[in-house]
Amino acid sequence: MKIKPYSQNAYTPVPSAFTKFRRNCVIWQFFRFIVINIKMTVLILKSHH
Amino acid sequence: MARVVILGGGVSGHTAATFLAKWLGRDHEVVVVTPNAKWNWIPSNIWVGVGGMRKEEVIFELDPVYKKAGIDYRQAKAISIHPEGGADVAKQFVTIEYTGQGKEGNSEQLTYDYLVNATGPKLNFGATEGLGPDNGYTVSVCTADHAVHASEKLDELIAQMKSGEEKKILIGTGHGMCTCQGAAFEYTFNVDHKLREEGVRDKATITYISNEYELGDFGVGGMHIKLGGYVTSGKVFAESLYTERNVKWIKRAHVNKVEADRVHYESLDGSMHEEEFDFSMLIPPFAGAGMKAYDKAGEDITSKIFNPGGFMFVDADYSKGAKPFEDWDAADWPSYLQNPTYKNMYAVGIAFAPPHLISKPMKSPNGTPINPTPPRTGMPSAMMGKAVAQSLKDIILNSATEPTHTANMSEMGAACVASAGKGIFSGSAVAMTMYPVIPNYKKYEYGRDLNGTFGEIGLAGHWVKHFLHFAFLWKAKLKPFWTIIPE
Ligand SMILES: Cc1cc2nc3c(=O)[nH]c(=O)nc-3n(C[C@H](O)[C@H](O)[C@H](O)COP(=O)(O)OP(=O)(O)OC[C@H]3O[C@@H](n4cnc5c(N)ncnc54)[C@H](O)[C@@H]3O)c2cc1C
Repeated sequence: MKIKPYSQNAYTPVPSAFTKFRRNCVIWQFFRFIVINIKMTVLILKSHH
Repeated sequence: MARVVILGGGVSGHTAATFLAKWLGRDHEVVVVTPNAKWNWIPSNIWVGVGGMRKEEVIFELDPVYKKAGIDYRQAKAISIHPEGGADVAKQFVTIEYTGQGKEGNSEQLTYDYLVNATGPKLNFGATEGLGPDNGYTVSVCTADHAVHASEKLDELIAQMKSGEEKKILIGTGHGMCTCQGAAFEYTFNVDHKLREEGVRDKATITYISNEYELGDFGVGGMHIKLGGYVTSGKVFAESLYTERNVKWIKRAHVNKVEADRVHYESLDGSMHEEEFDFSMLIPPFAGAGMKAYDKAGEDITSKIFNPGGFMFVDADYSKGAKPFEDWDAADWPSYLQNPTYKNMYAVGIAFAPPHLISKPMKSPNGTPINPTPPRTGMPSAMMGKAVAQSLKDIILNSATEPTHTANMSEMGAACVASAGKGIFSGSAVAMTMYPVIPNYKKYEYGRDLNGTFGEIGLAGHWVKHFLHFAFLWKAKLKPFWTIIPE
């Protein structure tokens, strides 16, 4: 997409090609899947009282 | 023998009922009063709303599940609570009105020893003229049927775009006091994803309209996360996604009227605007279920039990609501979810009255409040249901005199996976956690624990979301090992 100078979207970070690649790379995302699950499990354990 | 009556069989009520039935066994009674015959995994309605899932995949029949669990199921809605009994009934009771089971329209007085109010939100489309699929011009994804209707309307729009027409899509919040921005956020990116799949994205302008002060507020005052070597506001993270997907945004907006082709809205600076649309999905504001309450003499005590929005008072510090934002504290939030007047009554999930907002209250110069109200998302709602069930188990079986388990949103985290498009290899979602839900600036520099608060976008998030869909439906159906699936 094109950024229009001085428009709303001209002031936000946008993901680089590498970031986009990582977001869709199955091997990397498999690793992230495990990390996200661990983070969520820790959160659940911290939240039960 | 004790009888626990649970009003509402949604996320929090179903959790409370199923655990209680398991723990109390057949010596005690667990009764669920809920108006729908089918249970709905609401988060997946987003996918139904873009045709990515069928309605049948997000719902199931409650009756066989409750039979298996030994739960007495009444397909009815609660009309009024009588916490002291009444002229003819000595014991406390609720008046219910059947909506099914062949008794439609019949009323009954159902006595209880303990009452759990888990009635969730009333979708208050009436708060904004022209809002909603029934009497207005916007679609909704808040129920499975609404989502089916939304998907049909979206398909019609796509067909028109395929024949060359350009269309305007508007998604967001339909009132200045809405919560549940997450659902609008998800629907926005699922519609974007669908239009790309259909090859018509260039024919559509997508605009997100929100009552948030900044994108990424989500009714929890926003959040900070560690990202790319910085501690960054969630606003930056959110705006980045809107820019990447070419979605324009309007923030600080109170939609005050919807017409067939446009919304009228007031901005926080008091100015009035219009935004045209061909297709619009706007979340309604939420109210409480609207039950009444009466004392033994039949006097109306609704205002003693419920706040003006219809949410039930619990052990929160409501005096803080009148104080400025700067004086609010994590300690204002309830721990036991127990009603202070009638101690055998509890409220969980969206049904409890929060002490105040989480986001900073804002008003336009015209006096219109424009701020998100506090969300009570799935995970905290289910945890509240389970905590109250644990307390009731200890009270009923172990002679505890006070509730024993807490579910305080200031000590509880929330995990949220916001879908940004469905597809095993083409999907994506924002996986977020925050700890705690209520920011605590006394304890944490950024209000929250940065180790427990994170967000990332990617395919893995979609896998988590899809996995949760199956896991939570499995759990809700009480299939083998359901108890080990966390809330
Ligand atoms: C489209 C959408 C997407 C969402 N996505 C997510 C997500 O991805 N993650 C997340 O964590 N949360 C999500 N949520 C929020 C989540 O659905 C709620 O937090 C959760 O359902 C709240 O649980 P509850 O038990 O309080 O209310 P509900 O689940 O709504 O249950 C309330 C129940 O009470 C019943 N009821 C109503 N009135 C009465 C009455 N008078 N008597 C008896 N019963 C009554 C209702 O029929 C319903 O069964 C989403 C919400 C929506 C609308």
